[in-house]
Amino acid sequence: MNRRSLLKGMGDAVAGAALANVMSSFGARAQGVTTLPFANGDRPLVRYPGKRALIQLTARPPQLETPFSVFNEGVITPNDAFFVRYHLSDIPLSIDPEAFRLEVKGKVDRPLSLSLADLKTGFEPVEFVAVHQCTGNSRGFVEPRVAGGQLGHGAMGNARWRGVPLKAVLDRAGVQAGSRQVTLNGLDRPALPETPDFVKALDLDHARDGEVMIAYAMNGEDLPWLNGFPLRLVVPGYYGTYWVKHLNEITVIDHSFDGYWMASAYRMPDNDCACTEPGRPATATVPVRRFNVRSFITNLADGAKIKAGAPTQVRGIAFDGGYGIADVLLSQDGGRNWSEARLGSDLGRYSFREWRIELRLPAGAHELKVRAINRIGQSQPMTPLWNPPGYMRNVVETVRVVAA
Amino acid sequence: MRIILRSLAILALLAEASHAKPLTYELPAETATLRPGPDMETAQNNCTSCHSVDYIDTQPRRRGKEFWEAEVKKMIKSYHAPISDADAKTIADYLATTY
Repeated sequence: MNRRSLLKGMGDAVAGAALANVMSSFGARAQGVTTLPFANGDRPLVRYPGKRALIQLTARPPQLETPFSVFNEGVITPNDAFFVRYHLSDIPLSIDPEAFRLEVKGKVDRPLSLSLADLKTGFEPVEFVAVHQCTGNSRGFVEPRVAGGQLGHGAMGNARWRGVPLKAVLDRAGVQAGSRQVTLNGLDRPALPETPDFVKALDLDHARDGEVMIAYAMNGEDLPWLNGFPLRLVVPGYYGTYWVKHLNEITVIDHSFDGYWMASAYRMPDNDCACTEPGRPATATVPVRRFNVRSFITNLADGAKIKAGAPTQVRGIAFDGGYGIADVLLSQDGGRNWSEARLGSDLGRYSFREWRIELRLPAGAHELKVRAINRIGQSQPMTPLWNPPGYMRNVVETVRVVAA
Repeated sequence: MRIILRSLAILALLAEASHAKPLTYELPAETATLRPGPDMETAQNNCTSCHSVDYIDTQPRRRGKEFWEAEVKKMIKSYHAPISDADAKTIADYLATTY
């Protein structure tokens, strides 16, 4: 049975007798199991406070994946279904919103200690829709397989973020001449003090582009706890590694930050394809940056049966690193011929873009492929690119259907 | 009487505001366990001080010794896990044999 059809049969309340044995091995909170469509893909579905049953990759620290069927529910990913990714296991479990302070320090004229009220009332709020995606989203499909979080496609989501531009906060603090980067730290800590704390850095120009946001709300509500309550960084168009959760410390520095999470982790091969020959290491690497282009069919699962000769609606989502989606093409013959899909409403260049197309398929087996192109002509490869950490997968996805 | 009650209510509100309780979050219990195998206890004792064992269980299977040696090395070199050389070898052997 494939993943999506399995998920479809598993509402929150559904706990079929056939699953009972498997479920018990995953513990009392498990709401069922799902099987991601790669080897060793069995995962418990677990309900965390504030979340619906999500695909649990790990428990400590929590890593939760959004069931793929959620992406067919709407273009905005609900807060209770939004994926969760932590790196270090001492995550905050008690936060006093009154006492919480965001410190802004380092090479600034006026160090700041901002309360949540300061941020919400002392600055002009901004709001936009943006995709958040883990750098290792879809790693489980990488062949040859690589170590790391073995994710399906559910470590992504699209939300309406509200907060304050990082630029406005930096301007109030007064960045000193000669500064180069801004480091970002949150309340989560390593289990051992020797383990490098999760700290990320942005170049000053990027940090002051007016778009990078200190967000306090998501889809009209406070940030969910596991998505960074009470503040998180939103770096639209950039991989999720920069979107620091529980953000409480911003430091302006006059050099290039060399902490583990910038200097060693989340680095891609320094070439045009961000790829190497499968199985080979990269000769040089750079920190990951913008999302590459991706697109998915959301309403037909692999193996779906459809009516031959009848109109079949195919729909899905596409996104890129912030240039905006220009075209979505669909092939019903494994990639030989392509037709243009109709794009849905434009929620901004950082958002998922919905698309749909009507097909009539003759009787038989068909390979549906979807490929998006952005406004600067970037697209998706027909065969997967490979890199050692299994980052940035964006191959043209295929859904096999049978018309009868 | 009414004035007193109202004053009390206001005092109670003030007390609430100045002693706002921190919000808390409760994580579901951790349930994954290591697969039985030779020297499982060494892995149990070292690995679980930093993370749950589903980190191990969800990795691709039968990747062999090189794969698991690299993982144990990453825990020591990158994350500074205090694992002795002897334990590192024992853990890598257990993982390569059992997963």
